Amino acid sequence: MSELLEVRDVSFSYNESAVILKDVSVTLREGEIVCLLGVSGGGKTTLFNIIAGLVRPDKGSVLLNGEDITGQPGRVSYMLQKDMLLPYRTVEDNVALPLIIKGTKKKEARRIVGGYFRQFGIDGSQKKYPAELSGGMRQRAALLRTYLFSADVALLDEPFSALDAITKADMHRWYLDVMENIRLSTIFITHDIDEAVMLSDRIYLLGGRPGEIKDEIVISEPKPRRADFNLTDDFLVYKRRIITQIQGNKI
Amino acid sequence: MCLPLSARLRSTISKVGLPVAAVLLVILIWQLICSLGSVPKYILPSPLDVAGAFGEDWQLMLSHARVTLTETFIGLFLGIAVGFLMAVVMDRFAIVRKMIYPIVVVSQTIPTVAIAPLLVIWLGYQMLPKIILIILVVFFPITISLLEGFSSVDADTVRLMRSMGASRMQIFRYVKFPNSLGQFFSSLKISVSYAVVSAVVSEWIGGTEGLGCYMTRVRKSFSSDKMFAVIILISVISLVLIWLTSVLQKVCMPWERVNKERK
Repeated sequence: MSELLEVRDVSFSYNESAVILKDVSVTLREGEIVCLLGVSGGGKTTLFNIIAGLVRPDKGSVLLNGEDITGQPGRVSYMLQKDMLLPYRTVEDNVALPLIIKGTKKKEARRIVGGYFRQFGIDGSQKKYPAELSGGMRQRAALLRTYLFSADVALLDEPFSALDAITKADMHRWYLDVMENIRLSTIFITHDIDEAVMLSDRIYLLGGRPGEIKDEIVISEPKPRRADFNLTDDFLVYKRRIITQIQGNKI
Repeated sequence: MCLPLSARLRSTISKVGLPVAAVLLVILIWQLICSLGSVPKYILPSPLDVAGAFGEDWQLMLSHARVTLTETFIGLFLGIAVGFLMAVVMDRFAIVRKMIYPIVVVSQTIPTVAIAPLLVIWLGYQMLPKIILIILVVFFPITISLLEGFSSVDADTVRLMRSMGASRMQIFRYVKFPNSLGQFFSSLKISVSYAVVSAVVSEWIGGTEGLGCYMTRVRKSFSSDKMFAVIILISVISLVLIWLTSVLQKVCMPWERVNKERK
């Protein structure tokens, strides 16, 4: 399988003493869900800013389908922990924003986004304002907006960490479900080991200060995954391996 | 929220009824003092005298009010335009902001009554000096509030917009501008009442039409009853304009209602 996105030997530092990322290489294949797992402040968000083209690395490059997109915003879509829905736009107009920014007429953009509301489980919320939706529903709308921005690659920065445990489990199931249909190639950041194993095809362990890739773990559990995957021995084996790595590497 | 009818009625009475009762009480005492205490009319006219003045000069007051309102609206409109333009430029260019901001603040320490005669000397007795004065008074709160609104935008939202490839103009249109609307309307309510007062003040200084001129004339003829009447009329005009601003705000910001209900 060919690489869809390739991050090649990226380094970044604010100054001599604060090296944030050191020779980080990450790949993402078509339709894959890859996770960056590591502690907070470990440079994960900086890496995302670099992939999204918002920050230029000191060294290294970002390739999308072989094309160098280092420092170019607007190529891969980005979703943050907070849903970032604009409170003064209706849900449909929020979701349509990436299309409108690309120059689609408002009416046409609304028509296009309308087709996805059912698939993302937020049908009926089109004309509502974000404040009228629950946290989980807002996160769904934010993911739809992310998807509409770029169907190629999505970067999700701790997408579910602001939700309570029950909503989170619910969102995991929903997320895997939606992904089965839309096959959006995704890199997501988390510090939650269970979440990483539950959702990913591959996990990169990112150590902090300086941020380096310490290990790459392939989760070979087929998709769609069993509903009780997180209660199986296989799951625990992965989890134990990650915990051992984290302790061994003092991540 | 759905209160039972009697509770809702009680809350309406305490919200509207009590202040109205207080005002009526004051008017009653005022009337009693005038009727029983034999205060001369030119010192303190009774409420009934004031009502009589309204009846007598109603047509005249309306025609003066029309002039004052015209000045107010033109000045307000241009003042908002100037304030908006200044805020946008100051937000976009930090250098301009550093240069102009102190001047703008200092300009506001000069009393309106001091500028008004100068404007009359420079620009004559027509409508122009009055409109300029209103612009000078109005633009300041508008500029400051918009600037505040533009710069208080959430940094992550801007980051998200940039990651979508949004241009500076698009970030302004979809994030900065709507984000500052709340502050804009708060300052507009202040500006509206300032504008009416400034129009009146500038009419005192020079001119032949407007509520300010009418006021000067009735003062010179010691018609205190008409003086009171015109003061009340000016207050009512201000209040109506402030109310219209709130209505406009509700129309322009439909999401506010929803967000408030959720809190």
